This record gives sequence, C-alpha cells and structure tokens, in this order.
Amino acid sequence: MEVDIRLPIGLMFTLLGLLLLIFGITTEADPELYKRSLEINVNFWSGLIMLVFGGLMLVFALRAKKSKTK
Amino acid sequence: MDISFSLGWVDYLIMIIYFVFVLGIGFALKRYMKSSADFLTGGKSIPAWITGLAFISTNLGALEVMGMAASGAKYGMITTHFYWIGAIPAMIFLGLFMMPFYYGSKARSVPEYLKMRFDEKTRGFNAVSFAIMTIFASGISMYALAMLMETLLGWNFTFSIFISALIVLVYTYLGGLKSAIYNEVLQFFLIVIGFLPLVFLGLISIGGWEGLTSQLAEVATSHGYAAGAYTETWSPVANSSDNPMGVDWFGIFMGLGFVLSFGYWCTNFLVVQRAMAAGSMSAARKTPLIGALPKMFIPFLVIVPGMIAMALTSDPDSGFALPIKGNSYDYDKVIPMMLGYYFPTGVLGLGLTALMASFMSGMAGNVTAFNTVWTYDIYQSYINPDKSDKHYLRVGQMATVFGILVSIGAAYMAALFNNVMDFLQLIFAFINAPLFATFLLGMFWRRTTGHGAFFGLLSGTAAAAIHHGLTQPYGAVTLIKGGWLGTVVHTYPSEMAQNFWTAIFAFFACLAMTIIISLLTKQNKTKDELKGLVYSLTPRIKDESKRWYQRPEFLAVIVGIIAVVLSIIFW
Repeated sequence: MEVDIRLPIGLMFTLLGLLLLIFGITTEADPELYKRSLEINVNFWSGLIMLVFGGLMLVFALRAKKSKTK
Repeated sequence: MDISFSLGWVDYLIMIIYFVFVLGIGFALKRYMKSSADFLTGGKSIPAWITGLAFISTNLGALEVMGMAASGAKYGMITTHFYWIGAIPAMIFLGLFMMPFYYGSKARSVPEYLKMRFDEKTRGFNAVSFAIMTIFASGISMYALAMLMETLLGWNFTFSIFISALIVLVYTYLGGLKSAIYNEVLQFFLIVIGFLPLVFLGLISIGGWEGLTSQLAEVATSHGYAAGAYTETWSPVANSSDNPMGVDWFGIFMGLGFVLSFGYWCTNFLVVQRAMAAGSMSAARKTPLIGALPKMFIPFLVIVPGMIAMALTSDPDSGFALPIKGNSYDYDKVIPMMLGYYFPTGVLGLGLTALMASFMSGMAGNVTAFNTVWTYDIYQSYINPDKSDKHYLRVGQMATVFGILVSIGAAYMAALFNNVMDFLQLIFAFINAPLFATFLLGMFWRRTTGHGAFFGLLSGTAAAAIHHGLTQPYGAVTLIKGGWLGTVVHTYPSEMAQNFWTAIFAFFACLAMTIIISLLTKQNKTKDELKGLVYSLTPRIKDESKRWYQRPEFLAVIVGIIAVVLSIIFW
C-alpha cells in the first residue's frame, strides 16, 4: 500500500473530534443550545468518540509504518 | 414544523475539513496513476478490509440512506428484509462461489467476464445498459442532494450540484478507483459516526426499544394490523394483508431475497468492482464477507430513525411531525427532519457532512464503474482498439469528466421531468431483473452458450415488461405503475409486491429460455476458453490463508450465524 488510508482517516477524525470536544466544553453553559438534544452535550460526547477513534487509527497507522521500516 | 435550519461557523468548519481530506486523498494518490489499470482497476493491490468497507459504502449512497429511513417510517421493521435476507445471503454467495470466477478470470469488469464466458453481443448489451444506468443513477442522487440542500440550508440548487460534482470529479479524476475506494472507507466511518447520535437521542427520548415498540403498536392497531406489525420482521409477513408493505413471505423470500438481491449484489459491477480491486484471490473473496459484517447493523442506523420519526409523529405531545405531501406523509424528509429536531449546531454540521459523504460515496462508485466500462468495454472494444495503454488511461480520465457532466445533465432532467426518470428506472429494472439467471447458468452449467445467454436475457427483460404491463398495484392511477398493455390481469396489494413478482417472472423466463436456446445451439467456446470461467472446468482453489479462521468459509459461517440470530431476535 503506497498510502496507508488509516493515516488520513485518523488525522481527520482526531481533528474533527478535537473541534467538537472543545466546542462542546465551551458551550457547556448554554442551556438553550442543548435543549433539543435532551440536555445532553452531544457535541462533547461525539467529539470524544471521534477523538478516540481517530487516535486509534493513527496508532495503527504509525505501528504499521514502524514495522515496515524495521 | 419548520425544516430549514441555519448553520454556525462550527458546522461549516466541519464540512470544510471533510472536503479538504477527501480532496487530499485524491492528490496523494495522483502520482501512482501511471497505467489505465492503476486508474480503472485500482492496480489490484488493496487489502480486504478496505475493499470490504468500500463494497458496502458505495451502496450506502444518499438515496439509500434517505430511502431506507423513509421505508422505516412507512413500513417499520420489515424494511430490514432489504438487509438480512435481501443482501447477506447474496453477499455470502458472491464471496464463496462467484468471486473465484470473476477474480480468477482476470476480467477487468463484469461485462468483460460476459464476453469471455459468452460472446460479444451479451457483453455489449450489458455494458451499454450498465453505463447509461450508472450515469442516471448518479444524476438522480445529485438531484436529490441539491433539492435537500435547497430546502434545508437555502443553498442554491445549481451551487449544490456544482460543488458536489466538482469535489467528486477532482478526487476520482486524480486518483481513479483507488481514490474512490479509499474515500469510501473514510466516508463509511463518517456516515456511521454522524448518524449514531441520532439513533441514541431518538431512542432515549422515546423510552428505548420498549417505548418505540409500544408507541408503534398503537400506530399498527389503529391501521388494523397486529401490534407488532411495525416492530417485527417475519411475523407480519405471513400474509400480505398483515403488513403495510403489502408483501408476503414468499414474495420476500423469492422476489427480494433471491432474484433481486442476488441480481444486484452478485452481478452489479458497481459493487463487484470493489471486490475485483482486492490484492489477492483470498482478499477478493473476503471483500463481500467483510462488508456483510457492518452491513447487518446498518438497519439500526438508517431504519430505526425512520421508525422513531413515525412514533414521534403519532404522539401529539412530541412536537415532532413529518410533513404532509398529498394524502400521506412526506417520508423522504425523515433524515433531514430528525437531524434538525435533535441536533444542535456542531453535531448538526457533522450529520449534514455525513449525508454529503453518503452522497459522494454513491456517486463516486457510479462514476468509477462507468469510466471502466466505458473505457474497456465500449471504447476499447468497439470504437478504438489497439491503442497504447497511455491512450486508454487518458480515455479513462476523460470518461470521468464526461460521465460527471452527463450526470449533471441528468440531474437537471430529473428536476424538469419527473416522469422521464420514473420511466428510465422502470426500464433498468426490466434489464436488471433477469441478469442473475444468466450468471448462474454461465458459471455453473458449462453447456450454456452465447446465443442462449443473450436471447435468454432479452426474454427475461420482455417477461418483466409484459408482467408489468398486465398487472397493477392496488390504487394505481398512472400507467407508469403498470397495466399499460390495456388489460389488468392481476392487482397486487402494493407496488413492492408487484416489483418482487416482476423480478420473479423475469428470472424464471430468462432461466428457461437460456436453457432451451443453449440446448438448441452449439457451444461457441472451446473447453480451454472456458477454463477458469465455469465451475466444472476450474480447478478448486485452495485459500492461501494459513489459519482456518482467516479463510472466507469461516467468515461466511460467522456472517450467516449473526444474520440468523438477528432475524430470530426481531422475528
């Protein structure tokens, strides 16, 4: 594989995850915003899940790269 | 209820990040596109987990997502028949029994396999009809997306068409099939993660699966069905009058589960191309099997939100109601309405980006299948053979541009004449319905001849058209729904039931005629030519995987068990 697809997937989800996570934290005090999502800070949780997923993909990609160069 | 919503900067930023990454993948792959094979067949080097996810992602287009959610609202849980019986068995069959011939024959496309196995005219018929069909399919989905963006975000119709077409064009033009496949994997994860919060929030607000069942039981009994008609899968289909889809178990089993499903998953180059791009025979066979694992759970992502929307609509206190269109609900609005109802800014951008990702995965699939069939099966075969490979690489790239331009034309045509699109889809349904009979006989009965295959296919298409012309679904008012031959000999309880039976007739007409004509004509291929293309003349392949649990057969058993267990749980 010339391009390991896990790398861009990992990068994108890490980036999007961080964005939503931080946005969720900064808007935590806004009750109007989360009224429709049943008072759940859905930005925070979605961001967290994406960050974990993106991070895992990056770990896989980097490990594969390491074992290749060895 | 207002369904237009305004986006914040975060929503736009999410969209832009996604656009940057899909385009970036295209640019990163650009320098590897050296031959027509790199561009059109992905260089046959891609691992199975990637082709497997691409296999289902390309089918998970925007029309599929919105259509399945709409069916979930309209028909309830029996919509899962399009997955557990209407996809999984066919995907297992493709992986275990058909991929050895597709992959082993070294054919670059499904029409090319037909040429090797049968003859030129069978290939030509399949190639031309497939090429036209894919272009119109991508045009129709582009139209649907642009309409959606117009109503939701107030985006200009033309702007939506051009921005979505341009992005797909850039990444498929630069990186060919490989870029489409890689992006499909990224898009698959985005679709799942983007819609998951919708399912969670919906289920929480309605009181979990229990709450959903009891709310939909009221809807079912108010329509005169048994309480579980919207939340069970097999018990409502004992009789066609027991469920809102108007189908019975036989129609589901034969029409959907056998003819339509095998016809789509096993012969449609759009999906088969993903498996053909795998790096080895073992990876090619595992492609549909790996795809089947997440495929079984997609109903929870797309059908359950539709059911929740129906339950909320039936509850006057919820504050949510599907809009009315004519004399029924506008079911196609389920996904956008639900996004607007539950998602605050932030995940709203994520959900809309997921919707766009699903549109792009479907469109890129169509475009990459089109340019391969155009270049190898039409251009190289009939228009300009014996040119250098560089020339065909160029033609493939041009076909990508051309295909997208024609799709844009089709999108505007869909906007202008709704009937033309319905008519075209009907014709394609007639052409597709008998296809599986041809492949089944071609792969497993060596006596099948070229004439048999070709005239069998035509008979199957004719049978589909005649059946459709003589029958009507209940309450039909236009001739596009059937009965255009003057007399109506049978009225089906629903359009779905009519579709299933049209397919059944087409399949058996094609099967019978192919056998009869094959027996009456001489085999046009020698034994040597058929080696690797027909079951009885192909040496059994030994899977190269070292351990038993890495073999396709083991994977197939696992997939089969999960599908059966799911069906029993939701019986």
